[in-house]
Amino acid sequence: MKQITVISGKGGTGKTSITAAFASVAKNAVFADCDVDAADLHLIFKPDIKKTMSFHGLKIASVNKEVCTVCMKCYDYCKFNAIDKDINIINESCEGCGLCEYICPVDAIKMIDRESGFSYISDTRFGPLAHAMLKTAEEASGKLVTVVRNNAEALAEKKKKDLVIIDGPPGIGCPVISSISGVDLVLIVTEPTLSAIHDLERILGVAQHFKIPATVCINKYDINLDNTEKIEHYCKVNDIDVVGKLPYDNIVTEAMIHEKNVIEYSKGDFSDMIIDMWNNMEGIMKT
Amino acid sequence: MIISVASGKGGTGKTTIATNLAISIGRVQFIDCDVEEPNANIFLNAEINEQEDVEVAIPEIDKEKCNYCGKCSEFCAYNALAVVPSNVLVFPELCHSCGGCGIVCPQNAIKWKKKQVGRIEHGFVNGIDFYHGLLNVGEIQAIPVIKALKKKISKNKDVILDAPPGTSCPVIETINVSDYCILVTEPTPFGLHDLRLAIDVVRHLNIPFGVIINRDGIGNKKVEVHCQNEKIPIIMKIPDRKKIAHLYSKGIALVNESHEWKEMFSLVFNRLKEEVKQ
Repeated sequence: MKQITVISGKGGTGKTSITAAFASVAKNAVFADCDVDAADLHLIFKPDIKKTMSFHGLKIASVNKEVCTVCMKCYDYCKFNAIDKDINIINESCEGCGLCEYICPVDAIKMIDRESGFSYISDTRFGPLAHAMLKTAEEASGKLVTVVRNNAEALAEKKKKDLVIIDGPPGIGCPVISSISGVDLVLIVTEPTLSAIHDLERILGVAQHFKIPATVCINKYDINLDNTEKIEHYCKVNDIDVVGKLPYDNIVTEAMIHEKNVIEYSKGDFSDMIIDMWNNMEGIMKT
Repeated sequence: MIISVASGKGGTGKTTIATNLAISIGRVQFIDCDVEEPNANIFLNAEINEQEDVEVAIPEIDKEKCNYCGKCSEFCAYNALAVVPSNVLVFPELCHSCGGCGIVCPQNAIKWKKKQVGRIEHGFVNGIDFYHGLLNVGEIQAIPVIKALKKKISKNKDVILDAPPGTSCPVIETINVSDYCILVTEPTPFGLHDLRLAIDVVRHLNIPFGVIINRDGIGNKKVEVHCQNEKIPIIMKIPDRKKIAHLYSKGIALVNESHEWKEMFSLVFNRLKEEVKQ
């Protein structure tokens, strides 16, 4: 089984629209939406949820006020400033380390499970989808990404699929690293803006750090041809394949409004370019 | 007053709004808290003249004292320590620096060493007191870098915080100190969906907020309708123009090209200031 993750560094370059379009070309694939704190793939995939599993991230401290003597030991020891002076737990700050429970002299603090979100297994018109939802202001998105990926891999094995296509989050931190670790190829979607170029260099650094082969797609390449040339040159020097160049086209937004991917919505040139890009990536994965 | 600019969905124009606001009003402190992918200085061009490392404390095992009892790894909620026969493995990238292993160790065998995870940089440009943070490539935890930046927040100045995309820990760590949060979105189904998630977060944190619609004209009217139904103020709309996209692509702030936009952003800022005062 092979795995591909679509990432970008900078947000809003078109990761999800492109991943959704691949669904019409890729054969025998399972999909995973690993942008768990702002998941959008389901808006196109319209999943029929078959299984919902609750996700417990890190535990959270809970104080028994009847036992607590307000000795302030927990307050002093907490490195996350997650306990206030009246010994209330600040939920958004607690990272679940359990030190307060350990040092409390009167056993007034217990670490309890916190339901941080849900992971789902669904059927869609494109095949199986593993996805998730992180609850408002919850942590541990990297851990939830790992749950989604495990679900996707299990689905692929069960349904005899030979490919997992992962829609990744923006950035370079914890959920991104969880989304790309151990995959066979990443597609980095960029655009010819100075911001995106800056972010491309950093995300390529991450891919290199984890020794994952990277390919690049330049989306909206025609909004600044000079910058597009710069990206192509940069990729050439660093021996990275530019597998596709897509023009700015409002058809992507139109398709989204109709809850379709761009290939389903239109048989035009834009769709052909995505198909070509997919073929290029398949070629690279086979070598 | 501290204003944060956040979005849910990435690429909707947070940095555009934050930098144009800062340039329009001048004499502010600007902190780019998107430490994974900081871009504000592409538009502000502050000359960086100070930098400091951001370090976290990571356990180091004193092998003379350690008797491999395993209490540290048993305690660690992040699996950052593993005890095998006659060795303790430390996985620094998993460590949250809670200090727990050092306290539970009966042999006092844990020492602390510093590990650099990023840096923050400082400079001035046209009266703007500028900071940004950079998470090291390959590092997982953005939070310590954001915390280091927040220590620089000035009490005597208006402050603009440019937040990372999404709705999870780095976003909350950035916006939780703000007096007002601007949520930037685009009028598309993805924009609306992620805006609703962002609204949940700011409401959860009890932060007053309003919405700016960027690239107005693409997509549909559902963002506007949603805001009307929820009685959320739409502070500003920026039309979808190739000219604006092109300026952005070159790293040029809108307000430096057009006096009208400069006035619009100043008005927005004054309006927010009034609102926060009440």
